Amino acid sequence: MTISASQESTTDQATEVRRKFGISVEAYMLPAHHQIQMVAPDGTLKPEAEQGTEPGHEYPIPGDAELMAAYERLVVGRRVNDQNSALVRQGRMAVYPSSHGQEACQVAAAMCLSDGDWLFPTYRDAVAVMAKGVDPVQAMTIFRGDWHGGYNPQEHKVGIQCTPLTTQLLHAVGVAHAAKLRGEDTVVLAMCGDGATSEGDFHEALNFAAVFHLPVIFFVQNNKYAISVPLSHQSVAPSLAHKAVGYGMAGERVDGNDLVALLAVLDRAVKLAREGSGPLLVEANTYRMQAHTNADDDTRYRDNAEVSEWKAKDPLSRMDVYLRSRGLLDDDGAARIADHAEAVATQLREGLGEDVPVEPQNLFRYVFSSPTPQLREQSALLADELAREESAK
Amino acid sequence: MTITTSSEANGNVSAATARAAASAAAAAETASRRESTAPPSVTMAKALNTAMADAMRDDASVLVFGEDVGRLGGVFRITDGLMDTFGEQRCFDTPLAESGIVGMAVGMAMNGMRPVIEMQFDAFAYPAFEQIVSHVAKMHNRTRGALKLPMVIRVPYAGGIGGVEHHCDSSESYYAHTAGLKVFTPATVADGYRMLREAIDSDDPVMFMEPKKLYWSKDQVDLEALAAEHAAHRAAGTSSEGRAAVARSGTDATLIAYGPSVPTALAAAAVAAEEGRSLEVIDVRTIVPFDDETVSASVRKTGRAVVIAEAHGFASVASEIVARVQERCFHHLAAPIRRVTGFDVPYPAPKLEHYYLPSVDRILDAVDDLQWEN
Repeated sequence: MTISASQESTTDQATEVRRKFGISVEAYMLPAHHQIQMVAPDGTLKPEAEQGTEPGHEYPIPGDAELMAAYERLVVGRRVNDQNSALVRQGRMAVYPSSHGQEACQVAAAMCLSDGDWLFPTYRDAVAVMAKGVDPVQAMTIFRGDWHGGYNPQEHKVGIQCTPLTTQLLHAVGVAHAAKLRGEDTVVLAMCGDGATSEGDFHEALNFAAVFHLPVIFFVQNNKYAISVPLSHQSVAPSLAHKAVGYGMAGERVDGNDLVALLAVLDRAVKLAREGSGPLLVEANTYRMQAHTNADDDTRYRDNAEVSEWKAKDPLSRMDVYLRSRGLLDDDGAARIADHAEAVATQLREGLGEDVPVEPQNLFRYVFSSPTPQLREQSALLADELAREESAK
Repeated sequence: MTITTSSEANGNVSAATARAAASAAAAAETASRRESTAPPSVTMAKALNTAMADAMRDDASVLVFGEDVGRLGGVFRITDGLMDTFGEQRCFDTPLAESGIVGMAVGMAMNGMRPVIEMQFDAFAYPAFEQIVSHVAKMHNRTRGALKLPMVIRVPYAGGIGGVEHHCDSSESYYAHTAGLKVFTPATVADGYRMLREAIDSDDPVMFMEPKKLYWSKDQVDLEALAAEHAAHRAAGTSSEGRAAVARSGTDATLIAYGPSVPTALAAAAVAAEEGRSLEVIDVRTIVPFDDETVSASVRKTGRAVVIAEAHGFASVASEIVARVQERCFHHLAAPIRRVTGFDVPYPAPKLEHYYLPSVDRILDAVDDLQWEN
């Protein structure tokens, strides 16, 4: 747990890496020369030699059941994104930062984890939050406007979504550290975007996780833009995954629109972390297909041509073609999944269409475990104000 | 209570002279007490250290970490021996990054631990400001009480030690202004123990502001008796949180102070007593939650008040106290409430700090201004 202990484990790690993968610790920590991509944008399985794998960076194709379960969540995720954006346009939600185009990352981030593992999402990761089991309407509370968060993080082991960038990576580190001290085999996956890698907490979180040798997977969705600012203004590193070696952890790049490759890379990352290999950094190469939020105008900073180019790399159509080619998906299966997605969309429409009554006294209820005398005074003041308003009606 | 501070060695001559008289009186009082019970002489540093050790012994989820708190025992030695006693899993050094320390503690508190973390100096805590203000303070509210963050952020704060810049800030107002943080600051050795135990027990996050110039102040304190008192309080579900203390009784005016300013206020009251003026001294103890009742009762009784704090006066805890007392005691006041605070300037270099710090003379001047002719 101390610096000396972790230096020891770094030495152990070099030996362990050599024994396990037959490569140097540097070769293990640096990402493979190419991103891991298993299914091409047109849905065809790439020849093994062209998947980007290398000695020590080998990834088996996930099992059929996992692929099908993931595909279902992918379709649901897309429907959720589009339904939520529609609800914003209808004025039922204040704002929704959509992960349209990034659904494969969302699904894989949740699916690679076991029930006892923790997920720490950003504000754009509602689909991942739902994929980890949180009720869709509860997950949307932050954007509905009646409270800042709608779910109990303990229940599904999902950190609460909020808008500061990268601060949650340190919370992930702390959750993993506490679990490790108790001897539990919990793995924590912490999400952030490309812009967030510029924040100081990104550095501190990765360094703490590495020094304390914690089972944390840092999952960076490189969607190319931080609101309007392109990746080239955030970093000139060879890739974001290359940052890993600077902290003494393994990094990998993966096609973030290839659900098969994402699951393969993240499943292995979780396995390694659970075995005690320490933290890992996975960069998913993806694209934010829509504006930052409804309040943003992306025509001011990017060309339509670029968006169109990425449309051709869509994670859904790719997975659809691939699964059909494998004989895992047919029209009936696709229809059943579409029905499921529609049911979730209906749930969102109904849940978010309701005008949920707000309780003014809740303002004071959760500031502390029990309110201070000052808060009790202020609560009484508001109660009196409301009572007078009521009697004046 | 015998207070020894290094500010006396830094040229704070007039205050030192006034204090000398006060501490002579206090020493006599202490000597008479010693004959009957004779508890050992203990520093606040020892009291804080023992509080952490006792808490760690009582509860395996209590962890202590920060910069240099392990092998070295902290730059002020407040965590001395904890690593040896409880092992490197319970007390350890972190990488040098304050946001990392606080952010990791948030995650640990979310996951069953009770972290007690040290920010090495007041101004070194600022890199952690976002974690403190945006998460430590708000997680409970954001999750409607589902996540509690039982964590203590210890901050050695304020001046009077001749420190270089960034080692002497009074940063309590930033935290007191932030909804969701409790802010404690002990002024006595006994409270060092008592309040740190209560902070660690708290299910809410506590900013524990330690007046660094009082680390070496001594008092005759029986730490075992305090541990027993704490155990009894815990069993009964009671605590001293949110209760100010009457540090000295008086009838003519009230001096309201906290942390490092309490000994200065007591020294001023001792001098005033010789001049025939009876000053009551209130030690605020917990800035959040604030004890309006005790403070207001004192001011209603005396009719006059001076608020003393080292922090800059503008938009400060001292200002808040003045406003609260004025709202509650207006018709009992014989004079406007005065503040004796640090000037609104960056904390000065060591050779200038005695001009900045509230001194006995400055407090007595403020007392003299309380319209006694009325």
